Amino acid sequence: MTREPRTQPPEVTAAIRSSFAVGLAVAAYGISFGGLSVAAGLDVWQTCVLSLLMFSGGSQFALVGVLATGGAAAGGAAIASAVLLGTRNSLYALRVAPMIGPGRLKRLLAGHWTIDESTAVAAAQPTLESQRAGFWWTGLIIYVGWNLTTLIGALIGDQLGDVSRYGLDAAAAAAFLGLLWPRLKQLQPITVAVGAAVVAAVLMPVLPAGVPVLAAALVAVVVGLTNLFGTRESDIAEAEPDPMGER
Amino acid sequence: MTIWHIVLLASIAVLALKLAGFAVPASWAEKPTVARLANLLTVALLSALVVVQTFGSTRGFEVDARLPAVAVAAVLFALRVPFILVIIAAALVAAAIRAFS
Repeated sequence: MTREPRTQPPEVTAAIRSSFAVGLAVAAYGISFGGLSVAAGLDVWQTCVLSLLMFSGGSQFALVGVLATGGAAAGGAAIASAVLLGTRNSLYALRVAPMIGPGRLKRLLAGHWTIDESTAVAAAQPTLESQRAGFWWTGLIIYVGWNLTTLIGALIGDQLGDVSRYGLDAAAAAAFLGLLWPRLKQLQPITVAVGAAVVAAVLMPVLPAGVPVLAAALVAVVVGLTNLFGTRESDIAEAEPDPMGER
Repeated sequence: MTIWHIVLLASIAVLALKLAGFAVPASWAEKPTVARLANLLTVALLSALVVVQTFGSTRGFEVDARLPAVAVAAVLFALRVPFILVIIAAALVAAAIRAFS
C-alpha cells in the first residue's frame, strides 16, 4: 500500500482522534478495576498481571467479581466467566485479522490488543489505512493507560474505599452503552439488544456473575443464524459500529 | 487452586481465544452469516454488559444511582455529545446522587 510521507490522509487523522477519545475514556476506569480487584482479595501484583496478560475489561471484571463473593474456592466459576466473556474477542480477532496483514509478531501483538474498543474504532473507519491506525492507536492507548490506571487503582484501592462513591461503576456502564449506541441503527441489532438486555436482567438474580451475559449472547446466535428481522446482505457491511456516535 | 493459578489460567485462556481468531482462515470473516453473527454477538454482549454493569450487585439485581446516570448518558449519546464527556457526566451524576442521598 502506498503512503504519503508527509501528509496524513484526513481519515487517518480522524481515526487517531477517535482512538484518543475512546482510549482515554476507557483507560480511566482501569482505576475502578484496580480498586475492585484489590477489594476482591487479589494483591497488587495479581491485579496488574490480569491487566497485562488477560487485558480484556469484561473478563477481568467478571473474574474479580466472582472471586469477590466466592474467594479462591470459586476459582472454576471465576475462570469460566472470564473465558466465556472472552469468546467475543475471537470474533473480534476474525474481524481485525484482515486489517493487520501478515507477520507473526505483529499478529501476536494485535491478538493481545484485540478488545471491544480497538475493534470498534477500527471497524468504524472507512479505509484500510485508517482502520489500521484506529486499531493500533486505540490498542496502544488503552494498553498503556489501562495498565497504569490498574496499578494506580490497586495502590490507592484501600484509601479510595468504595469506588462507587466516585461513580466509576456508572461510568463503566455508560462506556458499554456508548459502544453499543452507534450499532443500533437497524431493526435487527435493536431487536437483539433489547432481547439480550431482557435475558440478562431476568437471569442476573439467579445465575452466577458472567453467565447472564453469555446467555444473552444466545439471542444473537438465534437471530443471527435465522436472520430474523434481517435486511439484505448488502446492508450488513454498512452496519459497522461507530464508537464515537458523533459523526 | 490458589489465586495465582486462577489469575494465570484465566489470563492465558482469554489470550488464547484472541489468538485463535487470528489463526482461522481470513475468508471466514467474509461469510455473511459469520459477519452477521459477529455484529449481533457484539450487540448482544454489549447490551447485556450495560444491564449487568447498571444493575449488578452481590445480591443479584439492584436499582441505585447507576440507573439515572446511565439514563443521562443515553440522552447525551442521543444528542451526539462526545464519548468522553458522556462518561464523565455519568460518573458525576452517580457520585452526586450518592453524595446527597
